[in-house]
Amino acid sequence: MSLSPTVHTPRAEFWAGVRATIPLSVGAAPFGLIFGALAVNSGLSLAGAVGFSTIVFAGSAQFIAAGLVASGVSVGFIILTTLIVNLRHALYGATLARYTAHLPQRWLLPLAFWLTDETFVVVVSRYAADDDSTHKHWYFLGSALFMYINWQLCTWIGIVVGQSIPNPGAWGLDFALVVTFIGMLVPFVKNRSTLVAVLVAGLVAVLCNGLPNKLGLIVASLAGISAGLLANRLWPESIPQRTPQNPSTLSSQADTPQ
Amino acid sequence: MNEALLILGMAAVTFGARYLPMAVLRRFTLPKPVLRALSFVPPVVLMAIVAPVMLSPVGNHLDFSLGNAYLWAGLLSFVIAWRWKNLLLTIVVGMGIFLMWRWAV
Repeated sequence: MSLSPTVHTPRAEFWAGVRATIPLSVGAAPFGLIFGALAVNSGLSLAGAVGFSTIVFAGSAQFIAAGLVASGVSVGFIILTTLIVNLRHALYGATLARYTAHLPQRWLLPLAFWLTDETFVVVVSRYAADDDSTHKHWYFLGSALFMYINWQLCTWIGIVVGQSIPNPGAWGLDFALVVTFIGMLVPFVKNRSTLVAVLVAGLVAVLCNGLPNKLGLIVASLAGISAGLLANRLWPESIPQRTPQNPSTLSSQADTPQ
Repeated sequence: MNEALLILGMAAVTFGARYLPMAVLRRFTLPKPVLRALSFVPPVVLMAIVAPVMLSPVGNHLDFSLGNAYLWAGLLSFVIAWRWKNLLLTIVVGMGIFLMWRWAV
């Protein structure tokens, strides 16, 4: 069945957004737990660890920053690293801009604050669905709020439990992020140019892994996009859809059968 | 370490990256080639995050050994995601394979 709600009321859109995000929260939960545990072991105060999750709200950047706090680098360096790691959100924002252009600031500000990898992937396929619902921002809100609440709860549990765990980083729970992102990215690979883009991005990311401030993430993303555009020139039959994904793909798997 | 400054700084750059493109691009429509480039963004960025973790989970050296559960469980997760196209199944089974791999190998 389709992820798009059958009726397009704000309420139906909101809950469809929540439902589509549930599988992703399963992957984010262990990651939140381990962040909480790592944060209190890294030397952050309790309030600091909570502040990371409630005010910054950026999973992988929080993770990296907690590691940097533990190794005692300067505040400026950590903020710069955070900026570079989160620059990918600017690409997400640019992708969503044409869909959210009509929204007033009272919607735009909170939705932008809650924009994560998971919510972006879920929402971009909802916006790409070719129904004429005018309430898709409610879907966005449902997904975003669910991710936020889930992240706060898991961080809290991690903080509480983490104080009695000697070396939480050694558990390997961070693999939850890897497997979640793998499950999110595979449905996008529908043609040759996207496959080329993804493979080049992975290769360059590995080669540039040693760059400071996690700069490799940006270099690899740009390299992957360029490679995809080039491949698209070489094999014009595989033009990527204007919308990155068949709207029903992620939807049908993310939605619980009813 | 000034924690308040750290959190406010991180929050500012993170929110800026999320909000500014959405706010600025409200007034323009991006040209077609740019939209085409942006259509590659989701899978490319996710792959750029995942690949280094799989191949260098500890430090910066590449680890192709059988003991690297991140690599082998990750590759199997790609196969599961591609074959069954089910997100929840991929996450749960992939995580299970990872934990068993670490326990067994």
